[in-house]
Amino acid sequence: MNQAAFVRTRLQARFGPAAALIGLVGVLLLVVGCFLPWAGFAGFPGKMLNTAPGGSRLYVLLLALFGVLFRLDWPGRARALRGASTFALVITMLTVLFIAYAGGGLVNLGTGAYVALAGVVLYYLGAQSLPEDDVVAPVRELPDGRWRVLIETLLVVGVAVGALIIFVIGLGLPTASVADGPDHRLGGAISLNDLTNESQFLCFLLFVCGAMLALSRLGLVASVGAMTKKHSRVLVAAALMSAVVFPFTQGGNGYSLRIAASIGVFAAAAVGLNIVVGLAGLLDLGYIAFFGVGAYFAAIFSGSVTSVIDMHLPFGLVILLGAAISGVFGLLLGAPTLRLRGDYLAIVTLGFGEIFRITVNNLDGSAGPSLTNGPNGISNIPDLTLPGGFNFGENHLLFGVDLPFQANYYWLEIILIAVVMTAFLRLAESRIGRAWVAIREDEVAAAATGINTTRLKLLAFVLGATLAGAAGTVNAHVVKVAAPDSFTFMESALLLAAVILGGMGTVPGALLGATVLYLLPEKLRFLQDLRLLVFGIVLVLIMRLRPEGLVPSKRRAREFHEPGGGADALSAPPGHRGTA
Amino acid sequence: MTILQATAVTKRFGGLVAVKDVDLAIGEGEVVGLIGPNGAGKTTFFNCLTGMETPTAGTVIYRGSPLPRRPDLITKAGVARTFQNIRLFPNMTALENVLVGRHVRTKAGVMSAVGRGPRYHREERESEAKARELLKFVGLTTAGNELAKSLPYGDQRRLEIARALATEPGLLLLDEPTAGMNPKETVAARDLVRAVQGRGISVILIEHDMRFVFGLCDRIAVLVQGEKLLEGTPAEVQSDERVIAAYLGKAPEDAAGSSPKKAAKKAAPRKTVPKPAAAPDSDKDTPA
Repeated sequence: MNQAAFVRTRLQARFGPAAALIGLVGVLLLVVGCFLPWAGFAGFPGKMLNTAPGGSRLYVLLLALFGVLFRLDWPGRARALRGASTFALVITMLTVLFIAYAGGGLVNLGTGAYVALAGVVLYYLGAQSLPEDDVVAPVRELPDGRWRVLIETLLVVGVAVGALIIFVIGLGLPTASVADGPDHRLGGAISLNDLTNESQFLCFLLFVCGAMLALSRLGLVASVGAMTKKHSRVLVAAALMSAVVFPFTQGGNGYSLRIAASIGVFAAAAVGLNIVVGLAGLLDLGYIAFFGVGAYFAAIFSGSVTSVIDMHLPFGLVILLGAAISGVFGLLLGAPTLRLRGDYLAIVTLGFGEIFRITVNNLDGSAGPSLTNGPNGISNIPDLTLPGGFNFGENHLLFGVDLPFQANYYWLEIILIAVVMTAFLRLAESRIGRAWVAIREDEVAAAATGINTTRLKLLAFVLGATLAGAAGTVNAHVVKVAAPDSFTFMESALLLAAVILGGMGTVPGALLGATVLYLLPEKLRFLQDLRLLVFGIVLVLIMRLRPEGLVPSKRRAREFHEPGGGADALSAPPGHRGTA
Repeated sequence: MTILQATAVTKRFGGLVAVKDVDLAIGEGEVVGLIGPNGAGKTTFFNCLTGMETPTAGTVIYRGSPLPRRPDLITKAGVARTFQNIRLFPNMTALENVLVGRHVRTKAGVMSAVGRGPRYHREERESEAKARELLKFVGLTTAGNELAKSLPYGDQRRLEIARALATEPGLLLLDEPTAGMNPKETVAARDLVRAVQGRGISVILIEHDMRFVFGLCDRIAVLVQGEKLLEGTPAEVQSDERVIAAYLGKAPEDAAGSSPKKAAKKAAPRKTVPKPAAAPDSDKDTPA
């Protein structure tokens, strides 16, 4: 950080007066470059050959548009430009490298690539040489007027629709193959086709990050965020609508709906875990076990041919019973252990997670009672059917669109998330939610203020377990199998990471965190052995750059960014603090 | 009428007797001061009354029935406290801090919180109105949405009192309510304690600021090395030689030095016990 600031000071001293000029020249070159072909051969995905920008070129072009800030004197513009130009530089260089690699050498780069490279470097230099902003970008409000409410509402709806569009694009990026290039393997391991395809996803992700960064540094994200708080009902309705119409955007592609449904299960579990970790501050490292209890319950009692118990309970009953049994397990585990604090609780829950996995691994009749089929798990869980004869396993024609059967499960997920979300939000804003936060903040003081800490911690634990159990029963029907491998410590850690990464104590945070954490490993699959390494690096980077999470709760954002330091601030010696 | 009756309260930590056979009775609406040198066991005695520590021996009767053992039950019974080293919920707003105090007097459970029926809304409204009234009462009208940790020091102390009052106590225990305060804030604190007393709430306070204690309390108990040295009106305590000796040590009869008379003069002349300034703020007895 300090080194970057030092370099910037040097740059400002050298190019300061001409910074805007250099930047503008760079932006112009970059725009021209984006309309020229970047690849000298056909086949690289993202339309790199013709003159219409697409793929990475489009992202770079859009990031170049922030260049108009060189001519505008908006607060926060220097930081916004630095963000946009840095991401433009990275995307350009990555794409050029990928093209050169796919084509077998630099000679296969088109003229546009060179022009764009020169442009983006100047753009970057110009932005870095700009004088620092004097003021932080303020949260803007629309002027009062007749149209204000309407415009605000439209903007809020736009947020939800924008999120849907980003999600649809991110999920559906082309999976073409490099037509003419040989599919040799990088380092003998990574397929070239995968590399070029996934580079598209990577560039898209970088573009979204860069654009969001620039917009937030201009204060626009905070401004729109304030509007969404004001019109939260509109936001919820719009988000729900976007989520519901999603299957119609997929053109009958069942695979992407399947992924979306899996993200949904993951997100619902993350929201449940958010009660335990985000609100009550209990570190639970075995959360996936509760999810597993629900999943196994559903697997056993849903009439699967591989289940040892020949019983087919109706789905509604399965959800309720699965959730309840999971809650009972939460109670059994929590009652003796919740007197422990912090790390000790984490260790016990970690142990419980392992006990669960090993137990279901061994209940195969040879090492114990026959219940779970051991390592093979219970498979062939039949499709859900509703009393009206609606079969979740069949495609349905709706509004003239033939929807693959996965859409049914996807919508089931949406309902599940809506229920879990409502429970979370309403609890967080109630007397119980406040008591949980108080316990997290200072358990001794909470007890002295009249809160039965043991009972409330147990309540958080049991509720979290119950929601996880409900999510687990649904998941068993979505993936049609319950096997011990799905409930490893890695899954618990991922859920926890989703909560922390997204922002503790918020629902959008948990949803976003779950989406990113589910999609990233999927999209990084082509890296094979390197996958987890890259995944880890990305997580570390996010935590370094945004410790409060992607969508922090108001409380948590203030925790990190308001003076007064951490929880210790209050116990500092009185003499060290200013008095009025 | 007696609201709290502590009889022979003793607390041992291994071989150390921190509190030994202390009796204390608090009357309805009374303000009682608890003073003594550092390490005398004042805070430990408080902790025994509020369930933070379990007394090794002795009984505490509150309004005719023995106090329960757990802190939250004691608060529910009607004994609230503040802490020597302020313990607010730092990342909650001032209003939320006070609302947490309402927890023990409200009932909404999980079902009612998720269901949000009319009863829930009424209870929330009442809690908030009550919390705002208390913020106003302690003089923090404008601070409702500030984070507790970003409030000035004196305001944090007052917020802690507001939070304790939100539990509707009959007896309030204040552990050094003016520690770290400047003279102006101390005067405000005195007015606040009087106002609390005006609400019919009894107060016990630990304090090192003698002017504050003698100006405010109806009765004062002096604790020295875990034992109650004496108890009486401010005038009685102020004029007692043993108190002065406990704070400053005995005037040496045969002190080495050129002018023993001068030394004696320094210690004895005012029968008023040490000056407020003599109370060191930075050097506290054992924390809770």
